Parts: sequence; structure tokens; C-alpha cells
Amino acid sequence: MKFELTLAWRFLREGRFQSALIIIGVAVGVAVVIYISALILGLQANTINRTLGAQAHIVIKPPDEMVRNVLPTDTTLATIQPKAQRLRSVDNWQVLMPALAVDPDVVAVSPMASGAAIAIRGEANRAIVLFGVELDRYDRIVELSTKLTRGNFRLNAGEVMIGIELAKDLGVDVGDRLRVLTPSANDQFQISGLVDLGSRDLNRRALYLPMRTAQNLLGIPGGVTNIDIRIRDIFSANDVAKRMQSVGSVNVESWMQTNGQLLNALQAQSVSTTMIRLFVSIVVMLGIASVLVVSVVQKRKEIGILRAIGASRGQMTRVFLLQGALVGFVGSTLGGVLAALLVAAFSALVTNSAGQPLFQIEIEPSLLISSCLIATVCGTLAAVAPALRASKLDPAQAIRV
Amino acid sequence: MSELLRLTQIRKSYGIGTPIETEVLHGIDLVMQHKEFAALIGPSGSGKSTLLNIIGLLEPATQGALAMQGKAIKYTDEKTLTQQRAANLGFVFQFHHLLPAFSAIENVMMPQLINGMPVTGTARKEAEALLDAVGLSKAINKKPSELSGGMQQRVAIARALSLKPALVLADEPTGNLDTQTSDEIFKLLRRFNVEFNTAFLIVTHDPRLAARCDRIVELVDGNIAKDAVNQAR
Repeated sequence: MKFELTLAWRFLREGRFQSALIIIGVAVGVAVVIYISALILGLQANTINRTLGAQAHIVIKPPDEMVRNVLPTDTTLATIQPKAQRLRSVDNWQVLMPALAVDPDVVAVSPMASGAAIAIRGEANRAIVLFGVELDRYDRIVELSTKLTRGNFRLNAGEVMIGIELAKDLGVDVGDRLRVLTPSANDQFQISGLVDLGSRDLNRRALYLPMRTAQNLLGIPGGVTNIDIRIRDIFSANDVAKRMQSVGSVNVESWMQTNGQLLNALQAQSVSTTMIRLFVSIVVMLGIASVLVVSVVQKRKEIGILRAIGASRGQMTRVFLLQGALVGFVGSTLGGVLAALLVAAFSALVTNSAGQPLFQIEIEPSLLISSCLIATVCGTLAAVAPALRASKLDPAQAIRV
Repeated sequence: MSELLRLTQIRKSYGIGTPIETEVLHGIDLVMQHKEFAALIGPSGSGKSTLLNIIGLLEPATQGALAMQGKAIKYTDEKTLTQQRAANLGFVFQFHHLLPAFSAIENVMMPQLINGMPVTGTARKEAEALLDAVGLSKAINKKPSELSGGMQQRVAIARALSLKPALVLADEPTGNLDTQTSDEIFKLLRRFNVEFNTAFLIVTHDPRLAARCDRIVELVDGNIAKDAVNQAR
């Protein structure tokens, strides 16, 4: 192999200008692929993070109340009035929780008593959603502690945490008091902290309070309206949800079902990235192939001499395959560096009004390694046709030229 | 002397199966012994280079048999042909045909590199000794483009001898050189013939060079017109 590697390297060095051009071509192609992949991954992570910021991956709810048809089954009714859905607890939630937690894909399980209410402060009042949680458990679902902007991350009895927009609307801050009104009760609370949930709408409506207090306010003592679940791989949510359906008479919803449009958009992005990767790879391969085809023609005589002095067809094939691999490897390594520079430039130049990057882009080492590997394999594949051509050269004819 | 090469009824045609099918060699019989120093002469188009290519296993004969060191060669087996070329044959071409990307010594060691032999230590010393023998000890690291035509041909000769082949085929090795350089190159070939016991078959147009060989084979229109020991020497 030493002969093949030495010759491949020397041939590339000999055609310096040609080699430099194609290596730059590969580098630019690979840089574009890595940059776009990192950008899309960053964008998707950011979008998912913002959308799922305060949302569990899977939510278990009590089944919808249905109107039961008491007439004979062959009787067709013109209209059936749907039943009003009252606030109900998940049956046997305390038994369900450990059963759900044993699933290997599940990271955390947290009960929640949630319902509508009105927050009142002086003259101002706002429609809100109560999230009655066990703070430690719930933090493992949506990492609420990372979203705290002011005050303390705690929910003692009589304390609440609210969204930053709600605080603005009611004109309150940490330490202030507000009143919460539900159809069945009302109570006063002190604000222990403000949270930014990443969505203006959520920030305007969210109020977190201890679960037991919420149960009393909502009139479901001892009950929970849903069980929130966080799983390892968010894109397996549908499969995990399907599995969980069998735990009992419950409604299991994954984030993928409730955010169908977002998912479609993410998938469209992923497809676009794959298409860009594919086309860039094809262009890079064609570039390498064309340069090597020209190289075979230019090196006819040398190939002829080498064959005459004992080089086999296989050795000549490998010389050109290695040239393709070398171009792919060197080009993609440079491409990785170029992509890192592009990402750094993006982070530095594309910023929000506060001078912060719009979102985090990181080039995963696995992306770099796989890009290098794919480029090297593509380079080798691109060299197959030129290499076969070189190996089939008739030495007698090649020398005569 | 023992038999090195035997050609029996070698025929070669080009354009087989087409209207322009032409036979350029019409049944050549030729035997060469070890250590022979022979000239192959003849007018242009007589088939000298074709015959040299067939002996050099670079192209197959259409008909006939070829045996090297008593072993019949089959043209169908590409691997054996490559091995035989590497083991028994050295080539010197008219236009030097060195690899421009490699230095003089790397060109000389190229057959070793191709055969996967180590290219350090002994091999390098041998290559240096060969370049020294052809008078290029000071130019071992120079690229072919930095050498004159005569110097390039000396490097080519050193390369042809690097694996100590039994037979060196030289296709007009002095065809491109001035008289004085031609004379020096010829002397070199002769010296290696004596020192290394290497047989040489030299295609030449130059009657003066042919006259200094031990045997002269003359090819006319694809037939051997004359094959005789050179009495004039």
C-alpha cells in the first residue's frame, strides 16, 4: 500500500493547481453541509425548546366524557349534543404513576392539578391557568428552575410563581400579593418568583402553585387532572404514548400529536437539509471524478511506464481510488474548519437587540466526523470510474503516445 | 550460455475482424541466450517496436508461443505477466520516460517500491551505487526536469537495472541523443552487460551502434531478414 499512497500523494502534489481547486471545492461543499446541518439542528432545537419549554412530552388525562346512546343501535340520530367536559381527576393516578415510571424511555413523571381561574390585583384581573405541581418532580419535566428570571424557585404554602407577562399585566413583582378566583373558591397568594416560559401567551397565563392548594381551589381534592411525562428521545413520543395507552382508561397525548404543524415544519426542514446534503455530495463527487478523469489522461504515459516496470492493474486502481479518498479527506477537514468559522461568524453577526446570538449553534463532533467519513467515501466512489480507466490502459499504447 | 528467451512463430495483427486488419509480424522465430548483447535493426515500420513490446510482455502476440527462462508465458494471465515483467525484464525507452514527480533516486527505486520492498537502507545504497555507476552521484535528488536528456537516459538505465533483471529491452535508447552522449550511453549498456551478466536487446536505427553489438537481428516487413553473430567486432 505504501507505493499506492506515495504515488497518489505525489500525483496530487504534481497537479498542484488542479488539486488545490478540487480540494477547495470539496472544502466549500462540506462546509456548506456542516454549516447548514448545524444551523438547522440549532434552529430545530431552539424551536422545540421554545415550544416545549413548558410542555411535557407526554400528558396523561382522564378520558373525555361521552354521551351514551340509549336508543337501539340501528337508530340514527340527527344530532348528538356533546357533553360538557367538567374538571375530573385521573382515576387511580397514584397507582398509575409508578407503572408509568418503569418504562425505560421515561425520564420523569409528575402529577398536576390544572384548571382555569382568574387572577385579581386591585382593579386588574386576568384569565389564567393554574398549574398545581409538586415542584421538584415538575422541575424534572420542563426544567422550570432554568426559566426563573426573578425571585426564588420555591412554592411554599401560600406562594405562587407566575409568568413575566402576567406580572406585567397585573403590575406585580416578587413579594407582592394577588388573589386567585375559581368557580368554587378563592384565596390570596404571595409571589415567590417570576418565570419566562419562552412564549408570550404562556407567560401571560401561567401561575404555578403547590398541588394541594390547586386541588382545593379547583374542587378536586386529592385528584390530579393530568400526569406529565418526560422521555429520553422526544421524537419517540408517539411510540411511547401508544405503549402507555394500555395502562388504563386514560387519554394519552404526545407533544407530537398536539403540535402536528410544528412537527410537519421540522420534518420539512430535515428533508430540505437531507436534499441539500445529497446534492452537494453529488456535485462534490462529480467534481472529484472530472478532475481525476483529466488526471488519468494527463498521466497516461506515467501509468504506462509504471505498468511496464511491474505495477499491476490493481495497484493502478488503488492509486486513483486513494487520490479520490485523499481529496475527500483533506477537503472535508478544511471544510470542517471553514464551517466552524462560518458558525462563529453567524453567532457574532446575527444577534438580537441585546447583542445575544439569536440561538445557539454548535457543531457536534459526531457531525464533523461523519462529514469527513462521508466525504472520504464519496471521494473514493467518485474515483472508481477514473481508477478503472487507469487500470485498463494498455501500457504499450500509453508509452507510445 | 543458457537459453533466456524463445519466440516460436510469433504473429501479430492489428485491427482484427475489421477491413483494415494488418499483420505486422509474420511468424518470428527467435532465441536469445543469457548475457547476450544483441541489436534489433530494420527500417521504420518493420515491426521492431511491436516485437519488443511482445517480448516485454506489454502486448500479446496474436499467434505463436513465448517462453522465458524455459517457462511458457500465457498472455491471458495478467497477474503472471506483471510478475514476469517485474522479475525478469527491464525497460529503457527512447524518450527516457521517467516519472516527473519523483527524484532521480526515487525513479531508480520505483521498481522496489512497486514490489513492496523496503526503500531504505540496503535498497537505497544499491540505488545510489547504480546512479554512481551511471555517473550521476551528484544528481540523485534532482527531478527529471532538472536533468539533461543524456542524464535522464542514464537514470532510466539505472532504473531498468535496479531489480537486476535477466533481460533489458531498450527501444532506441540513443535515438534522441547527440553522438557523444549516445556513445557514453552505449558504453554504459555494455558495461552492465559484462558486470551484471544482463542480456540486452537493443532496437536501434544507428548502424554504428548495431555494429558494436555481439549479434544483429534485422527485421524487414515483419520477417527476420538476417540474424547473425557480428563478425566485425
